[in-house]
Amino acid sequence: MAITTFSSAEQYNFDIVKKFAIMALVWALVGMFVGVYIASELAWPLLNLDIPYITFGRLRPVHTGAVIFGFGGSALFATSYYVVQRTCQTRLISDGMASFTFWGWQTVIVLAAVSYMMGYSQGREYAEMEWPIDILIEVVWVTYLILFVGTIMRRKQPHIYVANWFYLAFILATALLHTFNNLAVPVNLFSMKSYSLFAGTQDAMTQWWYGHNAVGFFLTAGFLGMMYYFVPKQAGRPIYSYRLSIVHFWALGFMYMWVGAHHLHWTALPDWTSTLAATFSILLLMPSWGGMINGIMTLSGAWHKLRTDPVMRFLIVALSFYGMSTFEGPMMSLKEVNALSHYTDWTIGHVHSGALGWVAMISFGSLYHMIPKLWDTKLYSTKLVEIHFWLATIGVLLYIIAMWISGITQGLMWRAFDDFGNLQYSFVESVAAMIPFYIMRAIGGAFFLSGVVVMAYNIFMTIREAKREEAALEAKLAVKMAGLGA
Amino acid sequence: MRINFKHEWIETNIGLMLVLTMLAISVGGLVEIAPLFFINKTIEKTEGVDVRPYSPLEMRGRDIYIREGCYVCHSQMIRPFRDEKMRYGHYSLAAESQYDHPFQWGSKRTGPDLARVGGKYSNEWHVQHLLAPRSMVPESVMPNYPWLMTLLDQSDVADRMKALRTVGVPYSLTEAEREANVKKFGEQVAEQLHIPDANKNLVEQANLGNYDGKPGVSEMDALVAYLQVLGTMVDFTKVNEDELVHSR
Repeated sequence: MAITTFSSAEQYNFDIVKKFAIMALVWALVGMFVGVYIASELAWPLLNLDIPYITFGRLRPVHTGAVIFGFGGSALFATSYYVVQRTCQTRLISDGMASFTFWGWQTVIVLAAVSYMMGYSQGREYAEMEWPIDILIEVVWVTYLILFVGTIMRRKQPHIYVANWFYLAFILATALLHTFNNLAVPVNLFSMKSYSLFAGTQDAMTQWWYGHNAVGFFLTAGFLGMMYYFVPKQAGRPIYSYRLSIVHFWALGFMYMWVGAHHLHWTALPDWTSTLAATFSILLLMPSWGGMINGIMTLSGAWHKLRTDPVMRFLIVALSFYGMSTFEGPMMSLKEVNALSHYTDWTIGHVHSGALGWVAMISFGSLYHMIPKLWDTKLYSTKLVEIHFWLATIGVLLYIIAMWISGITQGLMWRAFDDFGNLQYSFVESVAAMIPFYIMRAIGGAFFLSGVVVMAYNIFMTIREAKREEAALEAKLAVKMAGLGA
Repeated sequence: MRINFKHEWIETNIGLMLVLTMLAISVGGLVEIAPLFFINKTIEKTEGVDVRPYSPLEMRGRDIYIREGCYVCHSQMIRPFRDEKMRYGHYSLAAESQYDHPFQWGSKRTGPDLARVGGKYSNEWHVQHLLAPRSMVPESVMPNYPWLMTLLDQSDVADRMKALRTVGVPYSLTEAEREANVKKFGEQVAEQLHIPDANKNLVEQANLGNYDGKPGVSEMDALVAYLQVLGTMVDFTKVNEDELVHSR
């Protein structure tokens, strides 16, 4: 062990943060590669290759699982363990529990991916994992909660830092959502197959309460925790408004849980439910933008950093995409807009402006900030961060523009009538019209993925250099010690 | 007495923060989900809406539908719009998915809605289309599913029906339950719902339908049987539209 990192390694459990940070990158590569592949399958269906394990239907949950729970989840574990230790100035209460969450969570992601390819699926979006995996998730998650809360209880100062509130809400909400959305009865104890406890309308409502709050808490609250720590740190300034963060936290946590039914407008779900959801979706714009403003304004007085610091740029552009998609979301939850946008690629584009623009970019920025600190070194290359930034930005833009065009085109073609009042287009004409945009989307995804490849190389080199420096330092010390001893 | 509330109380007390956060995030779900189980109008019960659970063969077909992830590209939920009525038929009722564990409404139409695909195409069309979609629809982007011609695993049909019975689908195990089904669904349907006869019924329906034109019960037989029953259970000529609107 290097002398230089001795004190902080003693004080904090950085080992677990390192492991999760590296796996976040690994899952980003895997998940986004699968994403580009299935996007290509839609453009060129030949790529399904008549192999059951890699059809679009089976690979799609592999993609969503690997990016949301693999990449996003690992990034959240890594940063939450880092932030809670730094802000509470204490070590995680148990190294064993931390290690269990790491191996447990990685096992979940691998099992989920393999089981989807084998054809085991609950048929619920973003919750396709069958019951044995769900039970493992539950155990890992409760351990995570105990570890996180326990560490906060050992904090060295009275106040709990705002980033930790958001991480806490994310952990609690995920436990709640996961538990109720996965209530199911297995066929028998030795069968992977299960049937959900609820049916039809009630099941749909439960699933989209889960589905949208996986976005609201897993992909938003958790990453807002990241924002509240890493944006002020990287900017070297305190958070813009303390009051705003209080309002932001409670309003966001309360309101998000109401909006899931906007995924079920005009369906067999009763109108009162979806109207209520639409109302809260509009209201949600306020806390969302409050949070965005709180993050972006933290940079006031240090705007020049946007020019000089590509890591800062990742964080701030992430917040801009957050602002954009949290405006687009409420708009799409209006029933009139939803009548056009639902069932089309517009929804897919919206998800990705959030997932790539906000979630992935804030994670990249945070990882670029955190990883050099963990290994007690500097980034191998700022230039490569710059290249990554542009690859990512161009990738997201290509992706969402393609999906806006294809989504709105689809919506309009489906509802077009000719002069005699007949449907103007057959369904398959709308499919054929999408092909150019499916190709454009795949290219956008490839840009984004290549950005991650650049990042992975940069991080790999950073860690290698750090180890080399450490070895050199140790050698020097050894010589010195030997000299002293002699 | 005036209480001078300070947010500091919460910020310095992890227990209080846990409880209040849990409260804040619980309200929405409670208000929107719980009533759906108690408000009677949620599922239409008007005349003509005689939805029955799936037969063993259709149920196994549905399992395959879920296994292949069909729901990621096909919805089963027709909305009450003029264009959707012309393209797909009458808007979907809540009653029509009341035995769907899980629901398969979907969220995306990369391919068309399938809520009322039953009876629209012949069995032969479906078989050929599933094996090689572009041989029937040149512009289609759907994968080929040649492996559906393998034999259907029939080892746990009864177990599957028992699990579904546990979650509320009226499959019958006892004679009393069977008789209740006879009253509710009629003799013919009640036979299909009887778990002790599950395997016999499954083979019979597959042989009678002979969906894939080959001997033996294939996964294709099951999937096509499922597709052919979708949206066919409600007789809309008997349904009073005003009553339907009332229950929205």
